[in-house]
Amino acid sequence: MTPPNLAMLKKLLIVTVTMFAFGFALIPFYKKICEVTGINNLLQPDTLTKDAQINTGRSVTVELDANVHKLPWKFRPLKSSVQIHPGELVQVMYEIRNDSNYETTGQAIPSYAPKLLSLHLKKLECFCFSKQVLKPHEVRQMPVQFVIESELPTDINTVTLSYTFFEINSASASEGENKLVKI
Amino acid sequence: MAAVHHPDHGHGHEHEHHGAPSGIMRWMTTTNHKDIGTLYLWFSFMMFLTGGVMALTIRAELFQPGLQLVEPEFFNQLTTLHGLVMVFGAIMPAFVGFANWQIPMMIGAPDMAFARMNNWSFWLLPPAALLLIGSFFVPGGAAAGGWTLYPPLSTQMGMGMDMTIFAVHIMGASSIMGSINIVTTVLNMRAPGMTMMKMPLFVWTWLITAYLLIAVMPVLAGAVTMLLTDRHFGTNFFNAAGGGDPVMFQHIFWFFGHPEVYIMILPAFGIVSQIIPVFARKPLFGYSSMVYATSSIAILSFVVWAHHMFTVGMPVSAQLFFMYATMLIAVPTGVKVFNWTATMWQGSMTFEAPMLFAIGFIFLFTLGGFSGIVLAIVPVDIQLQETYYVIAHFHYVLVSGSLFALFGGTYYWLPKWTGHMYDETLAKTHFWLSMIFFNVTFFVQHFLGLAGMPRRTPDYALQFADFNQISSIGAFGFGLSQLLFLYVILKCIRGGEKATNQVWEGADTLEFTLPSPPPYHSFETPPIVK
Ligand code: HEM
Ligand SMILES: [Cu+2]
Repeated sequence: MTPPNLAMLKKLLIVTVTMFAFGFALIPFYKKICEVTGINNLLQPDTLTKDAQINTGRSVTVELDANVHKLPWKFRPLKSSVQIHPGELVQVMYEIRNDSNYETTGQAIPSYAPKLLSLHLKKLECFCFSKQVLKPHEVRQMPVQFVIESELPTDINTVTLSYTFFEINSASASEGENKLVKI
Repeated sequence: MAAVHHPDHGHGHEHEHHGAPSGIMRWMTTTNHKDIGTLYLWFSFMMFLTGGVMALTIRAELFQPGLQLVEPEFFNQLTTLHGLVMVFGAIMPAFVGFANWQIPMMIGAPDMAFARMNNWSFWLLPPAALLLIGSFFVPGGAAAGGWTLYPPLSTQMGMGMDMTIFAVHIMGASSIMGSINIVTTVLNMRAPGMTMMKMPLFVWTWLITAYLLIAVMPVLAGAVTMLLTDRHFGTNFFNAAGGGDPVMFQHIFWFFGHPEVYIMILPAFGIVSQIIPVFARKPLFGYSSMVYATSSIAILSFVVWAHHMFTVGMPVSAQLFFMYATMLIAVPTGVKVFNWTATMWQGSMTFEAPMLFAIGFIFLFTLGGFSGIVLAIVPVDIQLQETYYVIAHFHYVLVSGSLFALFGGTYYWLPKWTGHMYDETLAKTHFWLSMIFFNVTFFVQHFLGLAGMPRRTPDYALQFADFNQISSIGAFGFGLSQLLFLYVILKCIRGGEKATNQVWEGADTLEFTLPSPPPYHSFETPPIVK
């Protein structure tokens, strides 16, 4: 190995290591891009653009759904559906209860049906904006405040707002539970 | 390829003087670029046959609708492993084999820059291959989520997936070491007078490919490492349940993946650029534009990755950016096709097997480029993503592109490597059989894709039956034709008409100034290039 070759080897190894790190750096990088461009905004509060006109002539049924994924929790909406008018500011309540003897942390991920709803649903307040930490047997009631804009196509009369709580890995999370099912 | 064994060639005995071991240990410990090239080529050929058997099992299952031969779970393992074995086991090592044999001889260097590392880069591959093939036999079977290893499937499967991840790590390390070797050899060890702009195009394309490999292989290694920690160490990079994002994996994978497809085609461009001028008996048209075109393809390949994920959800502005960037690559690619055609223009051409494969390459690769452009159009791709149209596209660029170039290159340099001419009639037969059966297999897959047949499926609707039947027949024809290739090679190794130093009238690169076969150690005193 002549010195020039050795120097070249070192340079190229540095590039290799840098690119390995770059692969990991892509994660915060993509996250930042999504945040700045507002692509992945499920977990951020919306702002209302214009002062909304309440369309009292039209009613939409909002069905509320709640699920938990591998958490020792009970999770339910206090009412299973509400009637609202487009443009009106609505508040609904959900309740979570930790049935276990240890502290657990969960994060709710929303999903909407029909998909189009996501364009016209503005959430001002939601328990899904932050993770929820529950002490053993703690019960918590939490609000969601939202407006469904009048631009929602008129052929849609029923929509579903669904939340699923996922466990966030914490020190107390047991080994068996944070692994996904093997198939 | 076993030329280096040959009892009566010039310097073979020199090797023995150094007390080198013989038999299997000779191959285990060799640091000679020609030996290592031979190892790479045989390894990749064996992987080619292995991947081929998987492909034929797939095509046998798809011969008619319904489930006949294999379980759907096993079918998915086959498509996944076929892709991985062909990409990482067959095509890439074959090009590295060519690089090992040819680059030192073409630039007048005595060997590769890091001869011992070269030995390691090769010997990493067999364990990786064993991991991949062995994963079929562990509980749960081999990885079955597609060669792209998308989560959530890849974060859920059994230990076959872990073995695949390790195999990818090992093969990645091997490629990176090989690339470091190639870059250093090309930049530091050229013979006096061999300036960069005098280097044969095969050397140029490999230099650029090696840079690409060093840039993106570590990113793939990072991506599969994240998969591994998601699976076993409680991280949540891609695990939606824990706040991760599975689409993130696709972004990272294709940041590697698109440059990777160019890694598999640039050395093929190089081989074709060596062959065409020799058999057209004219210098290559537009040498420097070829160099610049190759470089711009390499640079552009970093900004088009999201054309593989138009349907995952992205803003229209991003879709448009990736669409136009993708189409832009067609420009330097077109420059190359134009230059090859112009080289043949009014040349006094002859059509030996290398030339046939090179011309077949130009026709069929260009067709694959066209279907690529079709796929780059966002509204069209939204219809065609995950259909057989994509399968047709990438087999046109990879089989009739990369693989045909490898066949052509093998016939072109085989007389140099073995010292014997191969059987021209059989080689031409190999070409025509490959050409016909390849098109029978894959052309109809365009129609299947346009009609909506999804890829990676063991069963399909009745309306797709006819084309699938044709495709399966073609596949078996193509697979069997490759046994002829093996036969021609073995026959050539064992004997045949003695090859001259120049082998081909019109060949003027440095390796053709050496005897055929070249001595075990060549260019120990560098030639002077004028
Ligand atoms: C003009 C040049 C090319 C263009 C415009 C192009 C465009 C595309 C596009 C848009 C896709 C995504 C299709 C989809 O998934 O819906 C694709 C897939 C693919 N291309 Fe190309 N391509 C080109 C050349 C190549 C070359 C040279 C290779 C390799 C030698 C290649 C290999 C592949 C592979 C392997 C896939 C499929 C990956 C997978 O989903 O498994 N392409 N191409
Ligand atoms: Cu691509």
